[in-house]
Amino acid sequence: MATDETFEIAQASKLGGAHSVGLVETQSWTFEDPPLVLDCGQVLTPVTQAYETYGELSPERDNAILVFHALSGDAHVAGYHRPEERRPGWWDTMVGPGKAFDTDKYFVICANVIGGCRGSTGPSSINPATGRPYGPDFPILTLSDMVRAQERLITHLGIEKLLAVTGGSMGGMMALDWTVRFPDRVHAVVAIATTARITAQSIAFNEVGRQAIMSDPHWNQGNYYDGPSPESGLAVARMIGHITYLSDEQMHRKFGRRLQDRDTLCYDFGTEFQVESYLRYQGNSFVRRFDANSYLYITKAIDYFDLANGHRSLIESLERAKSEFLVISFTSDWLFPAEQAKELVRALQANGLLTTFLEIMSNYGHDAFLLPNDELSTAVSGFLTHAQRRLRQHDNHETRARQNLVRESLRQHGASEQGGPR
Amino acid sequence: MSWTSPPRETKRRLDYELISELVPHYSRILDLGCGDGQLLADLMNNKNCEVRGIEIDQAHVRNCIQRGLPVYHGDMLEGMQHYRDGSFDLVILSQTLQQASDPVRVIHAMLRVGQRAIISFPNFGWWHTRLQLLLTGRMPRHRLLPYEWYNTPNVHLCTVRDFRALCRQEGLEVLHEIFVAPPARRVGPFLANWRAGLAIFELRNRS
Repeated sequence: MATDETFEIAQASKLGGAHSVGLVETQSWTFEDPPLVLDCGQVLTPVTQAYETYGELSPERDNAILVFHALSGDAHVAGYHRPEERRPGWWDTMVGPGKAFDTDKYFVICANVIGGCRGSTGPSSINPATGRPYGPDFPILTLSDMVRAQERLITHLGIEKLLAVTGGSMGGMMALDWTVRFPDRVHAVVAIATTARITAQSIAFNEVGRQAIMSDPHWNQGNYYDGPSPESGLAVARMIGHITYLSDEQMHRKFGRRLQDRDTLCYDFGTEFQVESYLRYQGNSFVRRFDANSYLYITKAIDYFDLANGHRSLIESLERAKSEFLVISFTSDWLFPAEQAKELVRALQANGLLTTFLEIMSNYGHDAFLLPNDELSTAVSGFLTHAQRRLRQHDNHETRARQNLVRESLRQHGASEQGGPR
Repeated sequence: MSWTSPPRETKRRLDYELISELVPHYSRILDLGCGDGQLLADLMNNKNCEVRGIEIDQAHVRNCIQRGLPVYHGDMLEGMQHYRDGSFDLVILSQTLQQASDPVRVIHAMLRVGQRAIISFPNFGWWHTRLQLLLTGRMPRHRLLPYEWYNTPNVHLCTVRDFRALCRQEGLEVLHEIFVAPPARRVGPFLANWRAGLAIFELRNRS
């Protein structure tokens, strides 16, 4: 998630004509019936979701964009909760009047994921069965569970078909999940710095983060809501995560081997190097706004993510998708490198779907998607303009019929001539 | 590779109208090295084609997105890899074959994903090129070959006769040949290897 640098660059860069959505409020909606049946087989009820909206829903209800946040994000995408606030929402660079997700044109929605700790039902919420926080009794979730919960919210908001779903990192995975789960309820997808399946390396980093939390004595098997929280464990987990969000080059440029508050090495285990100080600061500030159990549940949900799960191939798993896609990766992102995005893109192409892939030059690593980036903004806004035009054309049945015909021929031609792609 | 961009814009216009003529309405088109997407946008808007592009240059990809074109940012062989056999009616390669590291592989890949291929290239047998080399003794340099020997992306230049020989060798059937004498005059097949600065071939696999 956003670093201090994110914030400073964001403050320094004012996109031409773009400004803030201003003051916003988090809303909340709870559903019980029908209850949410999770992938693990358990039932979660009631389900509360915190969400924010920006802009106006058009009378045709065809301009809604659902943003999915990443691991440590929340519903507060853009603007400020209070006038004196210093820091805007986590994607304020992208969402607002005149910005890539232009709130003068689009109705933007973002909800906190279930399992989270920022207003939606999660392990720190009260379990109605016991009257105490769920803690470890909270059921294990998948990203699909989170997506299905948000589909209820979209229905509640009276939206039949979204213009687009979007997100970076974990948010991008949820956007992909939405397109195969609810292919008729979305027209376009903008998937940024993401992947179609989590690799062993990512699972490994998540597991180390979880072990850090679970080996903190204050964790107490997840039952810590009456006493001290496993803050040091969570801080270490965040520090590990943070390393994966930055690039080697960026770290070198930002910190090098510079020392913190001293001129010479002092041969002890204090905070000698600037990079150590930075990571400790990131870890310590994270524990003030995040729940350790939520970190466990959400990273676990990420680990389960594999679009091809239950299918013979990634290509097959995308057969149900109908959307048009914009997939974006960043050159220095080694957490979800371009090669993984390309694998996704080629699977989309093999299904005859309208797909655009863009690999943006950036030194900022995985975090690049949260930083102001003209290339990113231009691509997203251009893509959305055409996506909306096409969505409105699609209301014309003739166009739709012809397009389906062409698309079908793109799919079948290969299938009949050869078993599959080479 | 941004240094390849400006020359390509101007070169492009020379052949893209002629290529357009070869494209039937409602075709499925893949354009390799589609540049800023001018040709694809034209085919999509005027001929109702279903279009896809592959382009390596980030600035070009940005322009394609602004035109609403689906484009793959990356290498052309890599970008064709997952398209199923015969996905396209036509695969277009405009003045980029000579820049490919393995042109024969590119042509075969084009004719795997496409029924037919349209390939245009600067003809190294053009009298202008021959004369420059003969008279000045230096590497030819003109509007179709605007680079110095040390910075040219053109690593596989060929003549019309070379290309025809390759087609025979690889079992490719030539459906159309179009020859252009710069600036934009169409010439017939007579002495084409001397007269044409630019050649456009439409090919398919000999069945």
